[in-house]
Amino acid sequence: MRAFWKQDFQAKATFSRMNRREKTSVLVPHLRLLASLFLLLMISSVAHAAKIGEIAETSWAEQALDFFALKHPAIRAAALGALLIGFCCGTLGSFLVVRKLALLGDTLSHAVLPGVALGFLWNASKDPWAIFIGATGAGIMGVALVGWIKQTTRLKEDSAMGMVLAGFYGLGVCLTSMIQNMVMGNKSGLDKFFFGQAAALSSGDLWLLGITSSISIVLILLLYKEFLAISFDIGFAKAIGMPVRALHYLLMALLTFAVVVSLQAVGVVLVSALLITPAAAAYLLTDRMHWMLVLAAVFGMVSGILGAFISYLSNNLPTGPLIVLGSTSIFALALVFGPRYGLLTKILRRKRQRKRIALENTLKSVFHLSENSGFTRKEFDISELAKERNQDLASTEKEIRALVAAHLARHVDSEGDTEWSDKARFQLKKSGWHRACEIVRNHRLWELYLTNAAQYQSDHVHDDAEEIEHLIGEDIVQRIEERLKNPIQDPHGKLIPRRDQITA
Amino acid sequence: MPTHSNPEPNSKTSAPLEVHDLTVAYTKRPVLYGIDLTAPAGSIVGVVGPNGAGKSTLIKAIMGLLPTASGWIKVFGMPFQQAVTRVGYVPQRESVDWDFPVNAMDVVLMGRYGRLGPFKHPTKADKEIAMSCLDKVKMLPFAKRQISNLSGGQQQRVFLARALAQESDLYLMDEPFVGVDAATEAAIIEILRELQQQGKTLIVVHHDLTTAPDYFDRILLLNMRVVAYGKTQEVFTFENLQNAYGGRLSILSEVALSRAQKKAEGDTPDNIRL
Repeated sequence: MRAFWKQDFQAKATFSRMNRREKTSVLVPHLRLLASLFLLLMISSVAHAAKIGEIAETSWAEQALDFFALKHPAIRAAALGALLIGFCCGTLGSFLVVRKLALLGDTLSHAVLPGVALGFLWNASKDPWAIFIGATGAGIMGVALVGWIKQTTRLKEDSAMGMVLAGFYGLGVCLTSMIQNMVMGNKSGLDKFFFGQAAALSSGDLWLLGITSSISIVLILLLYKEFLAISFDIGFAKAIGMPVRALHYLLMALLTFAVVVSLQAVGVVLVSALLITPAAAAYLLTDRMHWMLVLAAVFGMVSGILGAFISYLSNNLPTGPLIVLGSTSIFALALVFGPRYGLLTKILRRKRQRKRIALENTLKSVFHLSENSGFTRKEFDISELAKERNQDLASTEKEIRALVAAHLARHVDSEGDTEWSDKARFQLKKSGWHRACEIVRNHRLWELYLTNAAQYQSDHVHDDAEEIEHLIGEDIVQRIEERLKNPIQDPHGKLIPRRDQITA
Repeated sequence: MPTHSNPEPNSKTSAPLEVHDLTVAYTKRPVLYGIDLTAPAGSIVGVVGPNGAGKSTLIKAIMGLLPTASGWIKVFGMPFQQAVTRVGYVPQRESVDWDFPVNAMDVVLMGRYGRLGPFKHPTKADKEIAMSCLDKVKMLPFAKRQISNLSGGQQQRVFLARALAQESDLYLMDEPFVGVDAATEAAIIEILRELQQQGKTLIVVHHDLTTAPDYFDRILLLNMRVVAYGKTQEVFTFENLQNAYGGRLSILSEVALSRAQKKAEGDTPDNIRL
């Protein structure tokens, strides 16, 4: 019985601490990227200033209007392409993030490169379909190879992915260099595959993107529960008869499609970031898988448009890195301002808790003052409290003011915020007195519990109780009380305030 | 141990679970040899044995999660794949990532997925069933809570609720009592008894010898092979346990043993003598 509620309580007390400790390791590369974003923005604004000097009539606003009106076909292609890429990668990448397969995105994007080169060699041109087929083949081969290495050797998935990634990429770089050294290689445009250029998207590429996005959304809608089940608990999914292997490879095929169609706009190196970052940002903001998919899609699309737009403004910056930096900024915002797991929220929550604990400690001291008088006195002056709290008058006055501000106490002699003397008297309001009794009750019951039920020495329990009194809820307190058979006195012989006395 | 005969089970009177000469090997090393097991309808079978005895392996092999080297498994007289909707599964709690973005309700709803079939989404009726299952394990107030914000015992209850939502006739449970508090353990065993009264069959992997004789009416003592299998009073003997645990029985287990024997003889369980 003891273990039961102790565990329950520990779960409560440590829950904020335990929450998502692992995630910090994911953050470091993102922070690094963020720093480069600022650098890039600075460089781009400098470059832009130079451009404005040359062409006086184009302002930021005019350029923005030009871009978002989608007048030029090239802009239309770039914007639409970036939008679809963001959508595809965001939704599909979510499954990688929740399955802890982030590195697989990297593996995929590097593994497709030899396929791109072979697809180009097929008819010595940048035929999107040939490249698509070549790249998809290479990508799926890479993923299958990872699975095969994992199953047949002692090596784990991460090593297998690292090797496949590097091996395929090496082959791809060699093939690409060979093509570029050939006669027709000069204008091959294969270099776009390394860093990406949304403006390089042809209408064929856009068709591919559109088709891939449609297939992805339809399959995710149709097979949502299957994808959810294999992602959360693959053993259970198999046990209820789902074709888990087929589903896994279907998901991998969709991911390969997404990587291949994004390649030209984002580049080999950064596609994986587009798979991971929007999904990671979404993961920080929600606790439901379907919302994560929606958010990741939106984040992907926003960063896509943002990247294409800034690339258009800056004229010569590659789209891929800008899209990635866009999504990294979104991630940074989610990291800091996220309502549930955001850093700012955590800081505010901690601050609020500290304030509450300070208030409760003051209330407790007032209770002690009253207890020392045999509960005959209700009004006290600041100097008395300062003595009880063992601190100077100024900070004590501050504490009283905080109590008054929180409507827990009132000033006896004069209302209002004028000068207070150290003989100024105050009295707890009913709500303040209730809270004070509760805190003392929590403290003393916990001390008694530790001594009686957990076999602590009675001189060891005070410090622990000082902390716990602010954290335990009424349900736990009542359970302690039941377990201790409604005790009257704490281990030091002091009376424990009773529930009915407090509320009476 | 039957070696070459391979009798097909009679489908009319087929037991909920029949395992015949099952051998499972990881890479080359066999971990389970020639397992025979027949669970009669309405029984709670405890699978007991030391660490590494292959308890979880047995459960996983029955469900087809691991390749088998030889032997066959019949569930209600059918191969497992044809009877999936009649089997409920509680995997080990450590087998999943509890930071996954789902809440307790989402997890329990997954119990309905097997019955839904491909392309179909859970209906209102499915959600109601999931709710009632959460209620049965007293987790309804936590339905909307993200699963990492639950205690270990609560997480185990969610897993149990998911299995209940499967509305199966045979349940396979892998260490449902590991890392749970006493109250959860009592709640789980109560639910298991209830399932048994409804005529369901339960195969439960269990590591605690002291409680095993109280919880199960049949026990499979396992140590890579079947050391003993049958009614608890017959199987739970000092000799069998010594055989299964290879002389590594603790005093605690011996106490449990003598208590179980006293109980079987109709003695009051409190007079334990070593």
